[in-house]
Amino acid sequence: MSKLARQLLPFGSLILIICFLSALKPDTFLTTDNFLNVLRRSSVNGIIAVGMTAIIISAGIDLSVGSMMALSGMVGAWVMILIGGTNPQGAALVLGTFVGVVTGLVCGSLNGLLVTKLKLPPFIVTLGTMSTFRGISYVMNAGKPYNIPHYKYLNEGIVLGIPISVLIFAFIIALAGFLLKYSRLGRYTYAIGSNREAAFHAGVNVDSCLIRIYALTGLVVGIAAMITTSRAVSAQPTAGVTLELDIIAAVVIGGASLSGGRGTIIGTLIGTLLISFLRNGCTLLDISTNVQLIVIGAIIIIAVAVDQLARSKATAGQFE
Amino acid sequence: MIATTTNNQLSGAETSLRMRGISKQFGPVRALSDVSFTVRRGTVHALVGENGAGKSTLMKILAGVYQPETGTIEINGKVQKLAKPSEALAAGISMIYQELDLAEHLTVAENVFLGMELPGRLPFIMDHKKMIERTAEIAQRFNFKIDPTTVVEELAMGDCQVIEILKALMRKASIIVMDEPTSSLSETEAVMLFKLVKALRRQGLSIIYISHRLEEIVGLADDVSVLRDGRMVHSGPMANLDIPKIVHHMVGRELKDFFPARTVNIGQTLVRVRNLSSQNGIEDISFDIRKGEIVGMAGLVGAGRTQVAQALFGIDRKTSGTIELDECRPEINSPTDAIANHIAFLTEDRKRTGLCLELPCSWNVTLPNLAAIGMKNIIKPGLESKIVTDIASRISIKWLGPQAPVDSLSGGNQQKILIARWLLAESKFMIFDEPTRGIDVGAKKEVYSLLNELAEEGKAILFISSELPELFGIADRILVMRRGRLVGDVNPKETTQEEVMHLAAVEAAQ
Repeated sequence: MSKLARQLLPFGSLILIICFLSALKPDTFLTTDNFLNVLRRSSVNGIIAVGMTAIIISAGIDLSVGSMMALSGMVGAWVMILIGGTNPQGAALVLGTFVGVVTGLVCGSLNGLLVTKLKLPPFIVTLGTMSTFRGISYVMNAGKPYNIPHYKYLNEGIVLGIPISVLIFAFIIALAGFLLKYSRLGRYTYAIGSNREAAFHAGVNVDSCLIRIYALTGLVVGIAAMITTSRAVSAQPTAGVTLELDIIAAVVIGGASLSGGRGTIIGTLIGTLLISFLRNGCTLLDISTNVQLIVIGAIIIIAVAVDQLARSKATAGQFE
Repeated sequence: MIATTTNNQLSGAETSLRMRGISKQFGPVRALSDVSFTVRRGTVHALVGENGAGKSTLMKILAGVYQPETGTIEINGKVQKLAKPSEALAAGISMIYQELDLAEHLTVAENVFLGMELPGRLPFIMDHKKMIERTAEIAQRFNFKIDPTTVVEELAMGDCQVIEILKALMRKASIIVMDEPTSSLSETEAVMLFKLVKALRRQGLSIIYISHRLEEIVGLADDVSVLRDGRMVHSGPMANLDIPKIVHHMVGRELKDFFPARTVNIGQTLVRVRNLSSQNGIEDISFDIRKGEIVGMAGLVGAGRTQVAQALFGIDRKTSGTIELDECRPEINSPTDAIANHIAFLTEDRKRTGLCLELPCSWNVTLPNLAAIGMKNIIKPGLESKIVTDIASRISIKWLGPQAPVDSLSGGNQQKILIARWLLAESKFMIFDEPTRGIDVGAKKEVYSLLNELAEEGKAILFISSELPELFGIADRILVMRRGRLVGDVNPKETTQEEVMHLAAVEAAQ
């Protein structure tokens, strides 16, 4: 199987699912509203998955994204209430949004610093910060959410007929795809993931690159956090529990390798949409959320198994 | 029974292996054509050939990994069909690969018995005591001192080789295939290994010995078979051969100008190292390298040669001393600094510290050079491909194009990718650490030519090597290291390899 065919595989599956559902439920599935709804639901996961893709390409992992999202939302909302009172509006919301996004950036930078300066495995660092960030989110308001009833724009706002969250998602996908492919940091991300020692010996400042990769992931998590907050018109300390697993699944289905050096933004986009359409389809077909878990688990394993199989077939002809 | 095969001068009833008419095709590539290969019992049989000649393919067929299209395999007089590795193992074939297959966290005895543990009195419990005893016993038989309860990761590379051999013996192997066994061993470890191999021979085992180091074959092998382009071009007793003859068979031409001539045009001093010491065990190193000069560096494994390079390149922290480059004294605290100051370092282990194997060739070439070729922020893939293709054709890299992953290239061409990287960097001072390790004779010669060209262009070159013949072949001066110190600076025209070896190996008289 050629490289192209392998990359087309997840895409083909996505098209297949869409066709299948269109045939089965033409009146409920194949509507603009439903598609926009799926995209809107994909946007939060998709935005975070973009950052996770870069981290996984660099042979790292970030388990803290779910907790980081909760914390960013809580801090953002706390600032809104601090400035605008119990029912914040206008400038307070804007400033709170900014602070929430910056919180994500700070959390991500912290992960990056711990990974590089203490030379700890990313799995351990982010396992730790996953717990810590979550803990802080609970402590902030004694486990209760912050309600901000007027914070609706990021979720409900529509520009040119497209939800604003979907536009943000599209923009981040395009920018990250470009940076990963054409920027020096993007190139170094692949090099570090493929062989960190070799990258170091070739003069790549590995630590600085990794810090930037984790920090940028924090930044996109912050953005996703504010969209989530807006959707719930409240910041929940329980937001994004086990989110990291869905995100990693999407990235892996998209063809990235957990051992690093391999992965694309477009693959991740397809992986994210695949999971979203599956969930949507299951819902439309009245399949319970419990059964959805089973289906999605199977899809992850099948996707990676097929990819591995294709890979070993492709190299079978080589020798010595 | 006396049998002779078409291109085989070896005969006799004492054959342990007879492969006949073996052919193997990979897609359009014919890897082996009608190869016959006979090994006598109780002999060491060297199998040599350039990279890509088909040695590995032939051995993988013997190990049951590949199936040949035609041909038969006879082991100890019995025709065998080796459909999978376990069948080859059962037929008495043991392979010891270059990258050893040991479970690092287990003990010696556990490794020796891996997969065939002795059952104890209780179900699922192994008889540890008996396994330890049996391991000690068999080690004893070959005069090999090792504690069977040692954990493998605490052992030196040489001992690990031996454990692989013990493993083979425990599986009642009659033929042991060793693939480049000395490539990661020190001199003393290698000597010990040779003794062990000879002991195995005395016990009636047959050893198929694959090596690029022809010098060691001369002293060790009884018979030599040479593969070239998938054909067996020579097979016969070592006694009728010497290194030049073997090389001739390998490359199909005489290597008169193995070390190509160079117009030596030495200019002013470019590199001035004074009293350099590092945290990594080198002390008080001082030397100069002039423009256009190739300075060799000799020494035993562990003498600190690589550590000198690492201190110069900003990898190891310096504890004292200065490095002057072109009359300047740059601060070099990282490879990034070193590269910015036009220093290049081709590391000795290209897979571990050199290449990003699954990434495209072009990416590997430009990795340290993106800023230098005007892609500080944004990469222009078209231009990048063009630049890399130009440089690749200059040093004739054989590849499937700039986008092909590096691991699709042969060892010699992978090395050239790294050389291309430093050519592109336009370095003034280039350090080459074992640049010819593990690459075939033809590629070695090309590397020497490249070093010469670079010197002619006025670069200062530090050439670290464990092979004295190549140091004597191309270096203008040879620095000799011993135990972290520089103990000699000699002119190869006025000394001998023996003297350099003596300097490297023997403590000076007090």
